[in-house]
Amino acid sequence: MKEIMDDIDRWRRFGHKVALARVVDIEGSGPRLPGASMAVAETGEVAGSVSGGCVEGAVVSEALDILSTGERRLVTFGYSDDEAFAVGLTCGGTIHLFIEPLDW
Amino acid sequence: MPDSIYELWRKAVNDHRPVALATIIEGENLGAKLIVGDGIDSQGTLGDLDLDRVVVRDTIGELAGGRSGIRHYGPHGEAREDAVSIFIESFAPPPHMLIFGAVDFTGALVKIAKVMGYRVTVCDAREVFATKRRFPNADEVVVDWPHRHLEKVGDRLGQRDAVCVLTHDHKFDVPAIQAALATDVGYLGAMGSRRTCEERLERLAQAGADMEQVSARLHAPIGLDLGGRTPEETAIAICAEVIATRTGRVSSSLSDTTGSIH
Repeated sequence: MKEIMDDIDRWRRFGHKVALARVVDIEGSGPRLPGASMAVAETGEVAGSVSGGCVEGAVVSEALDILSTGERRLVTFGYSDDEAFAVGLTCGGTIHLFIEPLDW
Repeated sequence: MPDSIYELWRKAVNDHRPVALATIIEGENLGAKLIVGDGIDSQGTLGDLDLDRVVVRDTIGELAGGRSGIRHYGPHGEAREDAVSIFIESFAPPPHMLIFGAVDFTGALVKIAKVMGYRVTVCDAREVFATKRRFPNADEVVVDWPHRHLEKVGDRLGQRDAVCVLTHDHKFDVPAIQAALATDVGYLGAMGSRRTCEERLERLAQAGADMEQVSARLHAPIGLDLGGRTPEETAIAICAEVIATRTGRVSSSLSDTTGSIH
Protein backbone atom coordinates (compact mmCIF):
# COMPACT_ATOMS: atom_id res chain seq x y z
CA MET A 1 0.00 0.00 0.00
CA LYS A 2 2.79 2.38 0.99
CA GLU A 3 4.37 2.24 -2.46
CA ILE A 4 1.24 3.45 -4.24
CA MET A 5 0.35 6.29 -1.87
CA ASP A 6 2.49 8.91 -3.63
CA ASP A 7 0.71 8.24 -6.93
CA ILE A 8 -2.69 8.33 -5.23
CA ASP A 9 -1.80 11.70 -3.62
CA ARG A 10 -0.71 13.11 -6.95
CA TRP A 11 -3.89 12.01 -8.75
CA ARG A 12 -6.09 13.37 -5.99
CA ARG A 13 -4.26 16.72 -6.05
CA PHE A 14 -5.28 16.96 -9.69
CA GLY A 15 -8.87 16.16 -8.68
CA HIS A 16 -8.90 12.77 -10.42
CA LYS A 17 -11.16 10.05 -9.06
CA VAL A 18 -9.23 6.96 -7.88
CA ALA A 19 -10.27 3.33 -7.46
CA LEU A 20 -8.47 1.02 -5.06
CA ALA A 21 -8.25 -2.74 -5.63
CA ARG A 22 -7.04 -4.85 -2.72
CA VAL A 23 -6.33 -8.59 -2.56
CA VAL A 24 -8.55 -9.84 0.29
CA ASP A 25 -8.11 -13.59 -0.11
CA ILE A 26 -6.16 -16.13 -2.12
CA GLU A 27 -6.80 -19.84 -2.67
CA GLY A 28 -4.10 -22.20 -3.78
CA SER A 29 -0.94 -20.62 -5.03
CA GLY A 30 -1.05 -16.88 -5.48
CA PRO A 31 1.81 -14.49 -6.06
CA ARG A 32 0.67 -11.72 -3.73
CA LEU A 33 -0.69 -11.89 -0.19
CA PRO A 34 -3.88 -10.29 1.16
CA GLY A 35 -3.29 -6.55 1.38
CA ALA A 36 -1.48 -6.30 -1.97
CA SER A 37 -3.05 -3.35 -3.68
CA MET A 38 -3.34 -1.48 -6.91
CA ALA A 39 -4.77 1.96 -7.60
CA VAL A 40 -6.35 3.09 -10.85
CA ALA A 41 -7.00 6.74 -11.69
CA GLU A 42 -9.95 7.70 -13.86
CA THR A 43 -7.37 8.75 -16.45
CA GLY A 44 -6.36 5.08 -16.73
CA GLU A 45 -3.05 5.53 -14.91
CA VAL A 46 -2.10 2.58 -12.69
CA ALA A 47 0.09 2.10 -9.58
CA GLY A 48 0.99 -1.11 -7.78
CA SER A 49 0.02 -4.69 -8.61
CA VAL A 50 -2.19 -7.47 -7.29
CA SER A 51 -0.72 -10.50 -9.04
CA GLY A 52 2.31 -11.43 -11.07
CA GLY A 53 0.86 -9.41 -13.93
CA CYS A 54 -1.79 -11.99 -14.92
CA VAL A 55 -4.95 -10.11 -14.02
CA GLU A 56 -3.88 -6.47 -13.92
CA GLY A 57 -5.47 -5.65 -17.26
CA ALA A 58 -8.84 -7.04 -16.17
CA VAL A 59 -8.58 -5.22 -12.84
CA VAL A 60 -8.09 -1.91 -14.65
CA SER A 61 -11.30 -2.35 -16.65
CA GLU A 62 -13.26 -3.41 -13.52
CA ALA A 63 -11.84 -0.41 -11.64
CA LEU A 64 -12.78 2.05 -14.39
CA ASP A 65 -16.28 0.58 -14.49
CA ILE A 66 -16.56 0.95 -10.69
CA LEU A 67 -15.41 4.57 -10.94
CA SER A 68 -18.15 5.36 -13.45
CA THR A 69 -20.93 3.57 -11.52
CA GLY A 70 -19.63 4.18 -7.98
CA GLU A 71 -20.56 0.60 -7.07
CA ARG A 72 -17.90 -1.19 -5.04
CA ARG A 73 -17.67 -4.97 -5.36
CA LEU A 74 -15.85 -8.20 -4.66
CA VAL A 75 -14.26 -9.68 -7.79
CA THR A 76 -12.75 -13.14 -8.25
CA PHE A 77 -10.15 -14.22 -10.76
CA GLY A 78 -8.85 -17.72 -11.26
CA TYR A 79 -9.40 -21.11 -12.81
CA SER A 80 -12.63 -21.71 -10.92
CA ASP A 81 -14.02 -18.74 -12.79
CA ASP A 82 -15.85 -18.99 -16.13
CA GLU A 83 -13.54 -16.37 -17.45
CA ALA A 84 -10.54 -18.46 -16.48
CA PHE A 85 -9.17 -18.62 -19.98
CA ALA A 86 -9.51 -14.90 -20.43
CA VAL A 87 -7.92 -13.76 -17.20
CA GLY A 88 -6.62 -16.86 -15.38
CA LEU A 89 -3.60 -16.82 -13.12
CA THR A 90 -0.65 -18.70 -14.54
CA CYS A 91 0.08 -20.09 -11.06
CA GLY A 92 -3.32 -21.83 -11.01
CA GLY A 93 -4.62 -20.09 -7.91
CA THR A 94 -7.71 -17.96 -7.31
CA ILE A 95 -7.61 -14.41 -6.00
CA HIS A 96 -10.43 -12.37 -4.52
CA LEU A 97 -10.19 -8.61 -4.83
CA PHE A 98 -12.28 -5.88 -3.29
CA ILE A 99 -12.45 -2.94 -5.66
CA GLU A 100 -13.90 0.38 -4.58
CA PRO A 101 -13.74 4.09 -5.25
CA LEU A 102 -11.35 5.88 -2.88
CA ASP A 103 -14.09 8.10 -1.50
CA TRP A 104 -13.40 7.50 2.20
CA MET B 1 -12.25 19.10 9.41
CA PRO B 2 -11.07 15.82 10.97
CA ASP B 3 -8.89 13.57 8.84
CA SER B 4 -10.67 11.08 6.60
CA ILE B 5 -10.06 7.39 7.27
CA TYR B 6 -7.76 7.21 4.25
CA GLU B 7 -5.79 10.18 5.57
CA LEU B 8 -5.38 8.53 9.01
CA TRP B 9 -4.28 5.31 7.28
CA ARG B 10 -1.83 7.14 5.00
CA LYS B 11 -0.22 9.10 7.82
CA ALA B 12 0.20 6.03 10.04
CA VAL B 13 1.72 3.97 7.20
CA ASN B 14 4.10 6.81 6.28
CA ASP B 15 5.17 7.24 9.93
CA HIS B 16 5.66 3.46 10.37
CA ARG B 17 2.99 3.35 13.08
CA PRO B 18 1.01 0.08 13.35
CA VAL B 19 -2.48 0.53 11.94
CA ALA B 20 -5.32 -1.72 10.76
CA LEU B 21 -8.30 -1.06 8.55
CA ALA B 22 -11.54 -3.10 8.63
CA THR B 23 -13.80 -2.93 5.54
CA ILE B 24 -17.15 -4.62 4.90
CA ILE B 25 -16.63 -6.52 1.64
CA GLU B 26 -19.86 -8.56 1.69
CA GLY B 27 -23.19 -7.76 3.30
CA GLU B 28 -25.04 -4.58 4.22
CA ASN B 29 -23.13 -1.26 4.26
CA LEU B 30 -20.65 -2.52 1.67
CA GLY B 31 -17.42 -0.55 1.94
CA ALA B 32 -18.09 0.77 5.47
CA LYS B 33 -14.85 1.11 7.43
CA LEU B 34 -13.23 1.21 10.85
CA ILE B 35 -9.63 2.10 11.59
CA VAL B 36 -7.62 1.29 14.73
CA GLY B 37 -3.97 1.77 15.52
CA ASP B 38 -1.28 3.17 17.77
CA GLY B 39 -2.22 6.73 18.60
CA ILE B 40 -5.60 6.41 16.84
CA ASP B 41 -8.77 5.91 18.84
CA SER B 42 -10.94 3.70 16.65
CA GLN B 43 -12.71 5.83 14.06
CA GLY B 44 -15.39 5.12 11.52
CA THR B 45 -18.33 2.76 11.80
CA LEU B 46 -19.63 -0.38 10.14
CA GLY B 47 -23.18 0.81 10.68
CA ASP B 48 -23.97 -1.12 13.88
CA LEU B 49 -22.55 -0.34 17.33
CA ASP B 50 -22.40 -3.98 18.46
CA LEU B 51 -20.68 -5.02 15.25
CA ASP B 52 -18.24 -2.11 15.69
CA ARG B 53 -17.36 -3.19 19.21
CA VAL B 54 -16.61 -6.81 18.20
CA VAL B 55 -14.68 -5.83 15.08
CA VAL B 56 -12.56 -3.24 16.94
CA ARG B 57 -11.59 -5.97 19.42
CA ASP B 58 -10.74 -8.47 16.64
CA THR B 59 -8.91 -5.87 14.57
CA ILE B 60 -6.66 -4.98 17.52
CA GLY B 61 -5.85 -8.70 17.81
CA GLU B 62 -5.08 -9.09 14.10
CA LEU B 63 -2.87 -5.99 14.20
CA ALA B 64 -0.89 -7.32 17.16
CA GLY B 65 -0.14 -10.45 15.12
CA GLY B 66 0.50 -8.46 11.93
CA ARG B 67 -2.16 -10.50 10.10
CA SER B 68 -4.50 -9.53 7.25
CA GLY B 69 -7.54 -11.56 6.23
CA ILE B 70 -11.32 -11.99 6.09
CA ARG B 71 -13.57 -12.60 9.13
CA HIS B 72 -17.30 -13.34 9.15
CA TYR B 73 -19.97 -12.09 11.56
CA GLY B 74 -23.69 -11.87 12.13
CA PRO B 75 -25.34 -8.46 11.59
CA HIS B 76 -24.56 -7.44 15.21
CA GLY B 77 -21.13 -9.07 15.43
CA GLU B 78 -22.35 -12.57 16.27
CA ALA B 79 -19.69 -15.27 15.98
CA ARG B 80 -20.25 -18.31 13.69
CA GLU B 81 -22.56 -16.35 11.38
CA ASP B 82 -21.78 -14.91 7.98
CA ALA B 83 -24.18 -12.06 7.23
CA VAL B 84 -21.18 -9.76 6.82
CA SER B 85 -17.64 -10.45 5.64
CA ILE B 86 -14.98 -8.04 6.81
CA PHE B 87 -11.50 -7.66 5.40
CA ILE B 88 -9.03 -6.65 8.08
CA GLU B 89 -5.80 -5.27 6.66
CA SER B 90 -2.92 -4.81 9.09
CA PHE B 91 0.04 -2.61 8.47
CA ALA B 92 2.86 -3.55 10.81
CA PRO B 93 6.08 -1.55 10.74
CA PRO B 94 9.18 -3.39 9.48
CA PRO B 95 10.81 -5.85 11.87
CA HIS B 96 13.97 -4.71 13.62
CA MET B 97 17.42 -6.34 13.48
CA LEU B 98 19.95 -5.27 16.07
CA ILE B 99 23.52 -6.16 15.15
CA PHE B 100 26.07 -5.96 17.96
CA GLY B 101 29.67 -5.58 16.86
CA ALA B 102 31.01 -3.41 14.04
CA VAL B 103 33.16 -6.22 12.59
CA ASP B 104 34.05 -7.51 9.10
CA PHE B 105 30.78 -9.41 8.78
CA THR B 106 28.55 -6.58 9.92
CA GLY B 107 28.38 -4.64 6.66
CA ALA B 108 27.28 -7.71 4.69
CA LEU B 109 24.66 -8.62 7.30
CA VAL B 110 23.28 -5.06 7.19
CA LYS B 111 22.92 -5.34 3.40
CA ILE B 112 21.15 -8.71 3.42
CA ALA B 113 18.88 -7.71 6.31
CA LYS B 114 17.88 -4.56 4.41
CA VAL B 115 17.00 -6.68 1.36
CA MET B 116 14.77 -8.75 3.66
CA GLY B 117 12.99 -5.60 4.81
CA TYR B 118 14.43 -5.13 8.28
CA ARG B 119 15.08 -1.84 9.98
CA VAL B 120 18.73 -2.32 10.98
CA THR B 121 20.69 -0.94 13.92
CA VAL B 122 24.45 -1.49 14.31
CA CYS B 123 25.73 -1.03 17.84
CA ASP B 124 29.31 -1.19 19.12
CA ALA B 125 31.01 0.44 22.11
CA ARG B 126 34.07 1.35 20.03
CA GLU B 127 33.61 4.79 18.57
CA VAL B 128 36.18 4.36 15.78
CA PHE B 129 34.39 1.33 14.32
CA ALA B 130 30.74 2.23 14.84
CA THR B 131 30.40 4.93 12.20
CA LYS B 132 27.70 5.69 9.66
CA ARG B 133 30.45 5.92 7.04
CA ARG B 134 31.37 2.24 7.54
CA PHE B 135 27.72 1.13 7.50
CA PRO B 136 25.95 3.44 5.09
CA ASN B 137 23.03 0.99 4.65
CA ALA B 138 22.20 0.81 8.35
CA ASP B 139 19.20 2.80 9.53
CA GLU B 140 21.00 3.63 12.74
CA VAL B 141 24.57 3.32 14.08
CA VAL B 142 24.86 3.53 17.86
CA VAL B 143 28.02 3.89 19.96
CA ASP B 144 27.25 2.15 23.24
CA TRP B 145 27.77 -1.09 25.10
CA PRO B 146 25.31 -3.56 23.58
CA HIS B 147 23.67 -4.49 26.90
CA ARG B 148 23.18 -0.82 27.77
CA HIS B 149 21.56 -0.18 24.40
CA LEU B 150 19.28 -3.20 24.97
CA GLU B 151 18.25 -1.82 28.33
CA LYS B 152 16.98 1.24 26.45
CA VAL B 153 15.22 -0.44 23.50
CA GLY B 154 14.70 -4.05 24.65
CA ASP B 155 11.07 -3.62 25.68
CA ARG B 156 10.20 -2.75 22.08
CA LEU B 157 11.56 -6.04 20.68
CA GLY B 158 9.07 -8.77 19.72
CA GLN B 159 8.77 -12.10 17.94
CA ARG B 160 9.45 -10.64 14.48
CA ASP B 161 12.70 -8.96 15.60
CA ALA B 162 16.26 -10.31 15.69
CA VAL B 163 19.41 -9.75 17.74
CA CYS B 164 22.70 -10.83 16.16
CA VAL B 165 25.78 -10.71 18.39
CA LEU B 166 28.87 -10.56 16.18
CA THR B 167 31.33 -9.06 18.71
CA HIS B 168 32.95 -12.40 19.60
CA ASP B 169 34.44 -10.75 22.65
CA HIS B 170 33.12 -12.17 25.92
CA LYS B 171 33.37 -8.81 27.64
CA PHE B 172 30.67 -7.48 25.29
CA ASP B 173 28.69 -10.52 24.24
CA VAL B 174 28.01 -12.15 27.63
CA PRO B 175 26.11 -9.11 29.01
CA ALA B 176 24.52 -8.53 25.58
CA ILE B 177 23.14 -12.10 25.45
CA GLN B 178 21.85 -11.83 29.01
CA ALA B 179 20.11 -8.56 28.20
CA ALA B 180 18.65 -10.02 24.98
CA LEU B 181 17.27 -13.03 26.87
CA ALA B 182 15.36 -10.60 29.08
CA THR B 183 13.46 -9.36 25.99
CA ASP B 184 10.79 -11.08 23.85
CA VAL B 185 13.04 -11.00 20.77
CA GLY B 186 12.18 -13.85 18.39
CA TYR B 187 15.71 -14.60 17.20
CA LEU B 188 18.98 -14.44 19.13
CA GLY B 189 22.26 -15.60 17.60
CA ALA B 190 25.92 -15.18 18.50
CA MET B 191 28.97 -15.58 16.29
CA GLY B 192 32.11 -17.44 17.19
CA SER B 193 34.14 -20.58 16.62
CA ARG B 194 33.06 -23.78 18.33
CA ARG B 195 35.64 -23.09 21.06
CA THR B 196 34.51 -19.47 21.54
CA CYS B 197 30.93 -20.67 21.83
CA GLU B 198 31.88 -23.29 24.46
CA GLU B 199 33.76 -20.68 26.48
CA ARG B 200 30.89 -18.26 26.16
CA LEU B 201 28.47 -20.83 27.58
CA GLU B 202 30.76 -21.28 30.58
CA ARG B 203 30.93 -17.53 31.11
CA LEU B 204 27.17 -17.17 30.76
CA ALA B 205 26.74 -19.85 33.43
CA GLN B 206 29.26 -18.11 35.69
CA ALA B 207 27.44 -14.81 35.14
CA GLY B 208 24.25 -16.44 36.41
CA ALA B 209 22.37 -16.64 33.08
CA ASP B 210 19.31 -18.92 32.96
CA MET B 211 21.00 -21.77 31.06
CA GLU B 212 17.68 -23.35 30.13
CA GLN B 213 16.74 -20.11 28.34
CA VAL B 214 20.20 -19.97 26.77
CA SER B 215 19.91 -23.44 25.32
CA ALA B 216 16.32 -22.85 24.14
CA ARG B 217 16.89 -19.45 22.52
CA LEU B 218 20.56 -18.80 21.74
CA HIS B 219 21.75 -19.85 18.27
CA ALA B 220 25.52 -20.21 18.55
CA PRO B 221 27.49 -20.60 16.37
CA ILE B 222 25.14 -18.29 14.51
CA GLY B 223 23.64 -19.31 11.14
CA LEU B 224 22.53 -22.30 9.11
CA ASP B 225 25.18 -24.76 8.01
CA LEU B 226 25.46 -23.60 4.39
CA GLY B 227 29.22 -24.02 4.17
CA GLY B 228 29.83 -20.47 2.95
CA ARG B 229 32.86 -18.40 3.88
CA THR B 230 32.62 -14.82 2.70
CA PRO B 231 30.89 -12.13 4.79
CA GLU B 232 27.99 -12.11 2.29
CA GLU B 233 27.57 -15.89 2.40
CA THR B 234 27.74 -15.80 6.18
CA ALA B 235 25.11 -13.05 6.24
CA ILE B 236 22.82 -15.23 4.13
CA ALA B 237 23.39 -18.20 6.47
CA ILE B 238 22.42 -15.96 9.40
CA CYS B 239 19.33 -14.53 7.69
CA ALA B 240 18.28 -18.03 6.60
CA GLU B 241 18.41 -19.13 10.23
CA VAL B 242 16.35 -16.09 11.24
CA ILE B 243 13.68 -17.20 8.72
CA ALA B 244 13.78 -20.85 9.80
CA THR B 245 13.42 -19.82 13.45
CA ARG B 246 10.41 -17.65 12.67
CA THR B 247 8.74 -20.33 10.55
CA GLY B 248 9.64 -23.18 12.88
CA ARG B 249 11.02 -25.24 9.99
CA VAL B 250 13.72 -27.79 10.62
CA SER B 251 16.98 -26.92 8.91
CA SER B 252 20.42 -27.95 10.01
CA SER B 253 21.92 -25.15 12.03
CA LEU B 254 25.54 -25.03 13.02
CA SER B 255 24.39 -25.07 16.62
CA ASP B 256 22.77 -28.46 15.98
CA THR B 257 25.81 -30.08 14.37
CA THR B 258 29.33 -30.80 15.56
CA GLY B 259 31.56 -30.68 12.47
CA SER B 260 33.82 -27.89 11.26
CA ILE B 261 32.05 -24.62 10.47
CA HIS B 262 33.46 -24.07 6.99
